[in-house]
Amino acid sequence: MTSSLRSRIIPPVIIFGLFIALWYLVSTALLPTHKQFLLPRPDVVVTDAFFVWSDGNQRGMKTILRSLWNTTFIAVVGLAITSVIGIGVALTMSLSRWAERAAWPYLVAIQAAPIIALTPLIRALIDSYATQRLLVVVLIAFFPITSATLFGLTSVPRSQHDFFTVHHANRYVRLKKLQIPHAVPSMFLGLRTSAGLAVIGAVVGDFYFRGGGKVGIGAQIDLYRAQLWGPELIAAVIMASLLGIFLFLLFTWFGNKATSKWHQPTTR
Amino acid sequence: MNHGTLLQVEGVDKSFTQGSPILSDLHLCVDAHQFVAIVGASGCGKSTLLRLIAGLESPDSGTISVDHEHIDYVFQDPALLPWRTLRQNVSLSLELQLGSIASYEQIDNAISLVGLSEHVNKYPHELSGGMRMRTALARSLALRPSLYLFDEPFSALDEITRENLNYELHALHSHRDFGAVFVTHNIAEAVFLSDRIHVMSAAKDGGSTITAEVSVDFGKNRQPSLRYETPFVEKCREVHEIMSSVVA
Repeated sequence: MTSSLRSRIIPPVIIFGLFIALWYLVSTALLPTHKQFLLPRPDVVVTDAFFVWSDGNQRGMKTILRSLWNTTFIAVVGLAITSVIGIGVALTMSLSRWAERAAWPYLVAIQAAPIIALTPLIRALIDSYATQRLLVVVLIAFFPITSATLFGLTSVPRSQHDFFTVHHANRYVRLKKLQIPHAVPSMFLGLRTSAGLAVIGAVVGDFYFRGGGKVGIGAQIDLYRAQLWGPELIAAVIMASLLGIFLFLLFTWFGNKATSKWHQPTTR
Repeated sequence: MNHGTLLQVEGVDKSFTQGSPILSDLHLCVDAHQFVAIVGASGCGKSTLLRLIAGLESPDSGTISVDHEHIDYVFQDPALLPWRTLRQNVSLSLELQLGSIASYEQIDNAISLVGLSEHVNKYPHELSGGMRMRTALARSLALRPSLYLFDEPFSALDEITRENLNYELHALHSHRDFGAVFVTHNIAEAVFLSDRIHVMSAAKDGGSTITAEVSVDFGKNRQPSLRYETPFVEKCREVHEIMSSVVA
């Protein structure tokens, strides 16, 4: 094993070991015996949830994976919609100072707005459960991709802008040949943050907007919580987290593929 | 503007904020094939003058006559695009000027003139500081402008690389015979490269202007060893004394 590989693998393994140790400590020593069902031990979660395929009653990995798939679909489609809208808004804002000034307060407001307060309005305006959930994903994941892309588009060094000005480049050429390529690393940075948030948005959407025959992992978590099915609850939370990590790593990989030849991120 | 004159600056004033002029009543004329150096203390407005000539800023008053279609600007920072290879960077000026590239011959010629033919597929982060500056130079050479504006292009380089690039730029000037305005605060560099040196310093009514002019007659075939010859050293001393007197 090379030293760089070792340095990449060993820290997460150590943290994982500490996390499992802490989990055992909390579930066996810190929680009173009559409340230990709230956080079953890791080995109990593995044997009672991860190793059970189906008990015919919404328990087991078959149900968890099916609901995770529904959530993944909403998260990925929502992320695609968010990316198109976010990048479009960032491009518009970069072209017009007026649009930038006008849009910023609303971008921040969208990010800060509590989704629970908007649920009645979303239900009243939209009939489709899938669209309701997609809207939640867009609202939650919109800000990072938009702000990161806008930062990339507007942070081109002055000398490069001057070079284009000296050569009489029009606004379209400047955007195509200078600002958009310059924004690509920031765009991927925003995308991977938005990818994690898209999973959160899809899980939150599952909580508030149920129906249409597609049960998401959020609704499943809520059911397990209500039934006090501890191992399944923890297993479903772990699977939702793994989905977020997977999407984050996927966009990190895409970003590296797209820019690794020329982009030199700051290293310590 | 007279026939054969590439640049005529007449009575130019420029202020960035009310009451603090940067340039005042500045006059400058550059003829075809002439290499003119502008020297002066840091912050005296040398780069502002170049930005005015390039059309990146507008003068408050006075006139600047120059053909903007046939000038090019070599910045202090090479301003290379990191996502483009060396060859793609060199082709950029032509792409912007002509819309598309019909033939890469002109680009490859320019790259070969600065001695970077071996590195055409490298990205800017794979090049040394001197190679990046040569790339910026090749990008301008590909355009074949009649007037170059150089804004302290070698100031961030080490002394040896700088001297080498001075010699290469001088050889290119002899070969291509373009006109140039070269801003620097390095006296030896100005003497080695130019036919005429203008000293910028404070004007009577605030701001900076050209207060002295020194001609340099070392011919068209200057060798690196020129720097160690007595006439060169004396010319440097002459410019140094003028600058010291105006700064004092």
